[in-house]
Amino acid sequence: MKSTSMTSDPNIVNDSINEKVLKTVTGSESVILSLLAEGVTQVFGYPGGAIMPTYDALMDFEDQLKHILVRHEQGAVHAAQGYARASGKVGVCIATSGPGATNLITGIADAYLDSTPLVCITGQVFAHLLGTDAFQEIDILDISMPVTKWNYKVTKASEIPAILAKAFYIARSGRPGPVLIDITKNAQIDNLDFNYQVCRQLSSYEPNPRPNQLALIQAASLINAAQKPLIIFGQGVILGEAEQEFLAFAERCGAPLASTVLGLSALPTDHPQYVGMLGMHGNYAPNTLTNECDLLIAIGMRFDDRVTSNLAHYAKQAQVIHFDIDPSEINKNVTVDVAVLGDVKQTLPELIKHIKCNQHQSWLQQFQQLSAIEKNKITDKDLHPKTDDINMAEVVECLNQQHDDAIIVTDVGQHQMVTCRYAKFKQSRSLITSGGLGTMGFCLPAAIGAKFARPDRAVVGIVGDGGIQMTVQELGVIMQHQLPVKIIILNNQYLGMVRQWQELYFNKRYASTEMSNPDFGLIADGYGISNAQVNTRDQLTQAIHTMMNHPGAYVLEVLVAQQDNVFPIISPGASVSDMCLESNLTDYKEESQND
Amino acid sequence: MIKNYTFAIYSNDQAGILNRITAVFSRVDLNIDALSVCESEQTGIFRHSVQVCCDHQTAYRLSKQLERQIEVIKAEFQPEDDMIQQEVALYKIASKSMLEQTLTEQIMHRHHARVLSMNSEYTVIEKTGNRAESQALLEELSTIGVLEFARSGPVSISKPMTIESIQADMSIFKQHATCEPDEGLAVEYTF
Repeated sequence: MKSTSMTSDPNIVNDSINEKVLKTVTGSESVILSLLAEGVTQVFGYPGGAIMPTYDALMDFEDQLKHILVRHEQGAVHAAQGYARASGKVGVCIATSGPGATNLITGIADAYLDSTPLVCITGQVFAHLLGTDAFQEIDILDISMPVTKWNYKVTKASEIPAILAKAFYIARSGRPGPVLIDITKNAQIDNLDFNYQVCRQLSSYEPNPRPNQLALIQAASLINAAQKPLIIFGQGVILGEAEQEFLAFAERCGAPLASTVLGLSALPTDHPQYVGMLGMHGNYAPNTLTNECDLLIAIGMRFDDRVTSNLAHYAKQAQVIHFDIDPSEINKNVTVDVAVLGDVKQTLPELIKHIKCNQHQSWLQQFQQLSAIEKNKITDKDLHPKTDDINMAEVVECLNQQHDDAIIVTDVGQHQMVTCRYAKFKQSRSLITSGGLGTMGFCLPAAIGAKFARPDRAVVGIVGDGGIQMTVQELGVIMQHQLPVKIIILNNQYLGMVRQWQELYFNKRYASTEMSNPDFGLIADGYGISNAQVNTRDQLTQAIHTMMNHPGAYVLEVLVAQQDNVFPIISPGASVSDMCLESNLTDYKEESQND
Repeated sequence: MIKNYTFAIYSNDQAGILNRITAVFSRVDLNIDALSVCESEQTGIFRHSVQVCCDHQTAYRLSKQLERQIEVIKAEFQPEDDMIQQEVALYKIASKSMLEQTLTEQIMHRHHARVLSMNSEYTVIEKTGNRAESQALLEELSTIGVLEFARSGPVSISKPMTIESIQADMSIFKQHATCEPDEGLAVEYTF
């Protein structure tokens, strides 16, 4: 049936949620109507044989549901991730069966590890062809199973509304995550009576465990008694939209505050209690003093190995309180003394009632002393190098000075760690980076997604010369949509982080890390995107000024020092309190090869 | 301490759930020693009995990761000694040798086995018991000649009275989390 008349039917589009509006539509139309009922306005995707009916239906709803055609399905899923992380909404991407579906997997895995809410819709061959090795048939359910929060194969049109409702509910509730819905072609073509009911609960799924009052009181008494408490926070604060609650708790508690990579921007960087980033390339003070605090208060973070380094030497002297929404994270890596399950947006206000207002000035001063050492040995050198080569840190600092409220999207590698170390954030959801999976190629499509989500904010992608080439084709999306995304390519002509490890841990044997790069300016020209290249320090400020004030998209290539290293670093296998401030790693031990 | 643990994993009836369950074990390189699936006392809810050899901390962590699966309602684990277990073994022997040798009857009698099916060609003997018992019977019958042999994995049921019948809304199982993976916390939830 034709659906043009339905585009103007408000009952279907907006008010169908609780009203029983029965209307016979095709499966494909029900997919679109379900998306609209969930408030989706933009989807990223790539058409192909098995998903063609859905694309055909999409055409009739173009004014309500904008489809962004990417240039590779990996671009679609990363763009949906960028969209989700910039907006807090569920990101949606669509791909066809077979290669279209498998191309999504990297991004789905990335979203799984970084708890990003996604609904990925893939086409599938006709139900009667399943299991026959039909053209572009692949069992995407089994392939995506370990990296999805939930997945489901729809073989009947009548299932579509309820399954999509369930998909959105699962993706966004509790600890968010990616959901994949595989829809066979016959289900897209067949008719059903459309009636959308938003899913609000599932019998086997408890997204928000109720906070245990006893645990809260135990936590409060530990916090009140602590002399040297350290609060470490992660993305849970952002995902729970609990920034205000976190700030209120943190200020009442008075403890130093350290962030994981994904927690960055949950708290303004200039907050007086903020002491920096944790982890392998984090800041000296919070890493070192993790092994001196008497109480470690972990909020919405999961003790990733890049944060804890060697667990045998991680905060052994401290009592540990863990606030998390996911019961499977409790005692997974670090054994805790008190676990407070639940959404931090609910648990923190409960906790505050029992917390004494406190200050820990002398304890905070210990952080300041170590920060001064780091500033002297590393930061000053990074920001004011004596060599002619431009440092990555200078570029980030220059961006801070000219535009301190952009959404920064990074790729993975040295530039990512430098950005996390030096970028300054004013508001939440200002850093979008691939944390758990470390996916090179993430930056460009994720920046595109972020810009579609937040056209009101400046979006700056910071990417290396390696990562940009993994998804460079997505410049086509920027061109097609005249999307004003700014891309800074920090070009050191190496796969810098791998090269750094080769220098430090592999006897300077630079196996396959030096790159011959194309002329990035010419590539940008090919896509009609304004661009410039900078190779001297005195051009940098002006170049960034030009880029940020340019009305459209812009690619700025900065030629940076070729063989620079990111310091400080916790060598693999070392303890968090054994941070190396300079390249003197003779005490690096063989056993750490196992890391 | 490494020992045999039996997981009782309750799930909704959804295609692919078994893969999600087994993947939790294979991901940490654990081999599943025995697996059986049946509908539980509650219609539409399936019980997956999985036996693996691991330490208590791993078992605890895996139970949480199993419960993280959307369609899993609860995942409990118990050391093997805290379970009552039974296996079924079937032995096919030629009816000719059955008739020719009175020994067979004696063996069956001694082992508390019974004839499940018999015709002129072959006889199927059934033995219910533990692994060692069915193995002992297999070895004795081998002297006569066993044409085919099959043995189920253990079917287990917990000893203590901690597991109540499954309620319609089982989400309450997921609402309580213990924070200490101490020995003896095998059954996480009590009501």
